[in-house]
Amino acid sequence: MVRGRDDMPVSVYIPTPFRRLTGNQTYVKAEGRTVGEVLDSLGSAYPALRHMIYNEADEIPGHVNIYVNNHEIQSLQGKDTPVNDGDEMAVIPAIAGGAVVLTPDQVNRYSRHIIMPQVGPSGQRKLMETRVLIVGAGGLGGPAALYLALAGIGTIGIVDFDVVDLSNLQRQVLHQNDDVGKAKTQSAKETLLAYNPDVNVVIHNTPITSDNAMEIIPQYDMVVNGADNFTTRYLVNDASYFAGKTLVDGSILLFDGQATVFVPGSGCYRCLFPAPPPPGMVPNCAEAGVLGALTGVMGSIQAIEVIKQVLGIGESLVSRLLLFDALSMDFRVVKLRRDPKCPLCGDDATITELIDYEGFCGAPFPGPDGH
Amino acid sequence: MTVEVKVTATLQKLVGGARIVQGEGGTVREVLDDLESRHPGIKDMVMVDGQIHRFVNIYLNDEDVRFLAQLDTRISEGDVLSILPALAGGA
Repeated sequence: MVRGRDDMPVSVYIPTPFRRLTGNQTYVKAEGRTVGEVLDSLGSAYPALRHMIYNEADEIPGHVNIYVNNHEIQSLQGKDTPVNDGDEMAVIPAIAGGAVVLTPDQVNRYSRHIIMPQVGPSGQRKLMETRVLIVGAGGLGGPAALYLALAGIGTIGIVDFDVVDLSNLQRQVLHQNDDVGKAKTQSAKETLLAYNPDVNVVIHNTPITSDNAMEIIPQYDMVVNGADNFTTRYLVNDASYFAGKTLVDGSILLFDGQATVFVPGSGCYRCLFPAPPPPGMVPNCAEAGVLGALTGVMGSIQAIEVIKQVLGIGESLVSRLLLFDALSMDFRVVKLRRDPKCPLCGDDATITELIDYEGFCGAPFPGPDGH
Repeated sequence: MTVEVKVTATLQKLVGGARIVQGEGGTVREVLDDLESRHPGIKDMVMVDGQIHRFVNIYLNDEDVRFLAQLDTRISEGDVLSILPALAGGA
């Protein structure tokens, strides 16, 4: 910015969360006749800082306060507040308050979320207080868990019994070549912590069954379903309903994906598909194949739905089923209704506790106890 | 009446790999009968004992026909039918 005749040099205090954006300077010089002009001058000199002090609408986001000589500018004349030679300004993001206090590193790590008004520091704290269970550390559970960990979800539980196989590596992003033979839960935990050591990763190295589902699921706020068989899908649906937990469902085969969100009382997997196909009638991914990158799309959609639910923003996939066809690149949404005749969540429900899912599906739970 | 029928995933191999086929009929049932005449085997994948399989959904535009008139749901010009089996894959 060219210094104008009336521009005043002002000293601006930069707090630690933003200091990396100003070359680690605690005070920087900027010029202008008003707060707005000083901030513009600051933004030109430090473009990364500009992203922190202005949102998409070019306004100062609600979680950032600007001070002139220790007076917050809202109590003065906002961006039009005049500044004079020798004034000191400060750009302070809200970081304290609530049960969880964001550290400067966390403000920095999550800054691209925090600067969005739909998230902000309070939304970030909500994410950090949320516990999500991921069923299956595979194609869908992997990218879902990964993006939830990056977003700072406080506790991520992973239930899986399997070990990493070479054939998993075409799509399962939590596992790498050296992990072949390792328990998927352990491999997943190591990967998630390497990405974000803030996250508390809890592993349940077991198949999820009628015996343990009601012990595991109630420990969490929400469930992400990345199961690879109908037996587990019906079990997780019923157990999530009984535990009163939101279930973010996703499934994939070949080039097709389906995703939806079940909130108890707004329909469930049994309302969508009242009964599983006879064994062998609909193949699984091992039998028919699946496009690796498709798992990334659908798992990411599940992570998005979790984050939206936690933040209470947007329109969720509750009562809607998203269909993705990767070959035609066609996204469609169809309606999903609670079925009044549903045996689980209908008006005259007959299922009041977990049932014999192996008998219902005609197929065993996969895993050590299911073979 | 000719309608577009979108076919998902494993059902596609029954219609020669197509994802969209044309069907003739005034109701869902008539369209399925028409598809069966040209793609034998598709009705067995979609129906059993004269009813739609409980693991298969048929949508008229964005509405599940189970909540309309099931197989007797009437079809209008320009409607799109989608046949969607449950998928279990996640790994």
